[in-house]
Amino acid sequence: MKTEISIKNIKSKFLDKVEELSEENIYTCYQCGKCSAGCPSISEMDISPGEIIRLVQLGQEKEVLDSKTIWICASCFTCVTRCPKGVDLAKIMEALRQITLRKNVDYVSPLSIPKEVLSQVPQIALVSCLRKFSA
Amino acid sequence: MSRIGVFICHCGLNIAGTIDVKKVVKLVSDYPEVVYATDYMYMCSDPGQDMIKEMVKEKKLDGVVVAACTPTMHETTFRNTIASVGLNPYRGEIANIREQCSWVHQNNKEIATEKAVKIIEATIEKLKLNMPLVPLSVPVTKRALVIGGGIAGIQASLDIADSGYEVILVEKNQSIGGHMLQLSETFPTLDCPQCIATPKMVQVGQHPKIKLLAFSEVEEVSGYVGNFQVKIRRKASFVDWDKCTGCGLCMEKCPAKVPSEFNEFLAKRKAIYTLFPQAVPNKPVIDSNNCLYFTKGKCRICEKNCSLKAINFEQKDSLVEEKVGAIIVATGYDLMNKAEVGEYGYGKYKDVIDSLQVERLLAPAGPTEGIPYRPSDGKIPKEVVFIQCVGSRDPEHYYPYCSKICCMYTVKQAMLYKHAVPDGQAYVFYMDVRCNGKGYEEFLQRGIEEDRILYLRGRVSKIFKDGDKIKVWGADTLTGRKIEISADLVVLAMAMIPSKGAKKLAEKLRLATDDYGFLTEAHPKLRPVESLTAGYFLAGAAQAPKDIPETVAQASGAASKVDSLFSKDELYHEPIIANVDEEVCVGCGNCVNICAYDAVELDLKTKKAKVNPIICEGCGACSAACPSGAMQQNNFSKRQIFEMVNIFTV
Amino acid sequence: MKISYFPGCTLKTMAKNFEDSAIASLSFLGLEMVELPRWNCCGTVYSLTSDDLIHQVAPIRNLIRVKEARDTRVVALCSMCYHTLKRANKLVKEDKEKLDKLNNLMYREDVKYNGEVEVLHLLEILKNEVGFNQVSRKVKMPLKGLKVAPYYGCLLLRPAEVGLDDPESPTILKDFLESVGAEAIDYPYETECCGSYHTVVNINLVVERAHDILSFAISQKAEAIVLSCPLCGFNLDHRQKEIKEKFSDFKSIPVFYFTQLLALSLGLDEKVCRFELNFIDPRPLLKSKHLIGEV
Repeated sequence: MKTEISIKNIKSKFLDKVEELSEENIYTCYQCGKCSAGCPSISEMDISPGEIIRLVQLGQEKEVLDSKTIWICASCFTCVTRCPKGVDLAKIMEALRQITLRKNVDYVSPLSIPKEVLSQVPQIALVSCLRKFSA
Repeated sequence: MSRIGVFICHCGLNIAGTIDVKKVVKLVSDYPEVVYATDYMYMCSDPGQDMIKEMVKEKKLDGVVVAACTPTMHETTFRNTIASVGLNPYRGEIANIREQCSWVHQNNKEIATEKAVKIIEATIEKLKLNMPLVPLSVPVTKRALVIGGGIAGIQASLDIADSGYEVILVEKNQSIGGHMLQLSETFPTLDCPQCIATPKMVQVGQHPKIKLLAFSEVEEVSGYVGNFQVKIRRKASFVDWDKCTGCGLCMEKCPAKVPSEFNEFLAKRKAIYTLFPQAVPNKPVIDSNNCLYFTKGKCRICEKNCSLKAINFEQKDSLVEEKVGAIIVATGYDLMNKAEVGEYGYGKYKDVIDSLQVERLLAPAGPTEGIPYRPSDGKIPKEVVFIQCVGSRDPEHYYPYCSKICCMYTVKQAMLYKHAVPDGQAYVFYMDVRCNGKGYEEFLQRGIEEDRILYLRGRVSKIFKDGDKIKVWGADTLTGRKIEISADLVVLAMAMIPSKGAKKLAEKLRLATDDYGFLTEAHPKLRPVESLTAGYFLAGAAQAPKDIPETVAQASGAASKVDSLFSKDELYHEPIIANVDEEVCVGCGNCVNICAYDAVELDLKTKKAKVNPIICEGCGACSAACPSGAMQQNNFSKRQIFEMVNIFTV
Repeated sequence: MKISYFPGCTLKTMAKNFEDSAIASLSFLGLEMVELPRWNCCGTVYSLTSDDLIHQVAPIRNLIRVKEARDTRVVALCSMCYHTLKRANKLVKEDKEKLDKLNNLMYREDVKYNGEVEVLHLLEILKNEVGFNQVSRKVKMPLKGLKVAPYYGCLLLRPAEVGLDDPESPTILKDFLESVGAEAIDYPYETECCGSYHTVVNINLVVERAHDILSFAISQKAEAIVLSCPLCGFNLDHRQKEIKEKFSDFKSIPVFYFTQLLALSLGLDEKVCRFELNFIDPRPLLKSKHLIGEV
């Protein structure tokens, strides 16, 4: 698979938006992989957390926003605690989710939650799930 | 009336691109006491300098201003130029119209030109009052002190001693050799480090010009380049080394068992011990913290068995004073403590060891004769994980720098492991593999292709114990996966830090260090073996992480600097120093407090300030701090500074 | 001694066992937890985008309530509430501009917030104010022989600037367990994420995580788990049904809120522990250790 890169990728609105929402310099990441190494949810992800950052660095908007990864992230902050460059990956993941959610596109819409689950789970789970995953 | 010549340099377009040089020449020519003004493309070039020389002679100039770049670059050049035609060099000044003018006002040529004229005029005013100073000379004590007896100190000592000068080598441990003697084999040749280092060590021990003070530390240094006085503390070993022949019977009989520092706590030693069999000097030391006599008042078996009566429990530390002319600091390195790293277990897992520990396990003469048995249960590990960059390249939690040697020693350690355990597997978690020396890249490829070490590109997030295995959670960014390995043994390549005690020593010697304690060199590119303080030279890992060939090269470099210092019978010191008008001085002591070089003191009898002209570096702080104006700096007097200020404020 | 208390939503419903045992235990230890009047949901998660101020309103409004109660401190039990309140507090203390905007947004409040309140977790209170030694002294029935694996989860400890203990090697729950006479089990999964809100839409992820955590604890001879978050509590306790469905050889293990163990050790009536709200019934285990009477 060939990916063409030009200044359009690096100076893109997408990259700017991610950096603005997360307040992180995306190029601080030197791709060491420690985030992927410690991520507890990585087995359910299609692209590893470190690779998501790499794809953002390369300006690959579609691939990142279409990934399952950003919706599997559980905001556990393990990556944040261990990153040797101090990159707040949780904030970057949140920025990526928000880019889609703010277009009024749900990842989880309240109506889609099965009734049994609604009656089963505590409020804390519902509120946090919808805060993270619904527009 | 002075006869001043002004020479304005274009410096290519650096100056002329912004400043209208021709206009400046015209304006300056009309300035009082200027008898000649001209411009040239590159004043520092041979024709440029020749021009100055000719004009000094032709126009009988008694002062020269060269308007050019910063004095740091070419002040010495132009002073030498005018000195060569008989003019006192301190009657030459540089007017910096580049760094302080053309380079910072590139967008405003008019202002730049105006400012250049002012800078030159101010310099002329200063020059008019410059005294024709003469540099001071001091004698040189042609003896060197080398602090640290690792491979850097050893090499430097041999080079200086072979040049015919006496060397005092001070080493805090009871033998020279340093960390190199702990290593298994050296990359990329897989040489035995003890075999290649011991000939040099023996040479040091036997060299007629080297005075080896082992088990000693530098207590105090005073003086200045060419004339240092050093106090050295010879620590009590409780063994009379003059009587001891190194027979080793005392060590055989000692009942104590103490974790051995030389073996990185993987084996035990006695309370009376030498570091290793080839130690130089090969004399033992009693560890009073673990000796049964010192702690409990019992035993004394060593004393009973020593036929030469060399054991002396009453021995005390002694102080030795020496005079030297140059000091080389070669205090080496230590590894960062793995107990600082939380995600790798805070040092509590026995089978998670650091790189010096694995060196001892792989060393043929080490505690396990070269087979890396697991420290916990003595089994042979079949799967060994090596982790690079632990504590290095981690600005968020530990050290931001790269420790330089770990990539190379890791591939070596993995190869030696495979040679010792042919049916085992080695894994290396890396971010990069830095192979920038001769033969290094080829060595790495040999490790990967022949010894089939598996290189996984990614850092390790967590290590923990799972049964009797050590679980490693790392990453392979090349495939985007989290990698889990159940290892038998994990080796951490810990960050390289300056040796313990180096920071305190640097404070004692007033040597500049960086944020991490590495000694600061005079210039990162062009002066790597000199410190910022005259007379002190640097060698080895004390200055920055480096491998053995670089250390040896740097040690020889430092030695050659010392040799060139000793080749002179006299040293010349810049005369732009402070001096005191005793009639005006009231003895307030402000200058004494402010001097960073300890160059001023209050004379106990006269109660006036006294400047040591040799130590004074001419920084000007004392003359600025002096409330009465008694302290003035040669050629930077208050009057001169006011004249310069006047030019700018008119 | 009194202190303002922020319960959060779930402590009033599924995790009422957490609240009841806490209030009773602390009262016995001499600390009255006074529920904040007019408190609102803290929002559960701390909003991580730089421009999102609207979601900081919920936590900050609660801190205004603390001010109105004339208090400077508030204690939370739920890890998520603690994390969200503490981080929002830190944000406004460090960014005056955002604080001003929030105060303006909440113009209908009688009181402006100026960073006066400190957010604390009950474990911090037990450690620093009551003191674990004092707790030990008040213990009537040490939980001898009870092997408990502490589970911290994520939000009590991370990120390090708001965590209440070392994120790699925390000890506060171990100290707590020892103060009530129980034995703390050491295992490496005590700080691994349980899957959190994925329990709503991706139950399999939670099942996998919880299974890893609980199995490791059991392999180290743990007989029970102790924790401080109702979401972790749901994932590690209630989801044991789904774990058993996927891993048939999984042995169930009771999960306690730390205040339930505290109440028990202080000799309080079993009723305050509300064990009926625990999914895996802990009573058989407690009976076998002679820590409660006949059921």
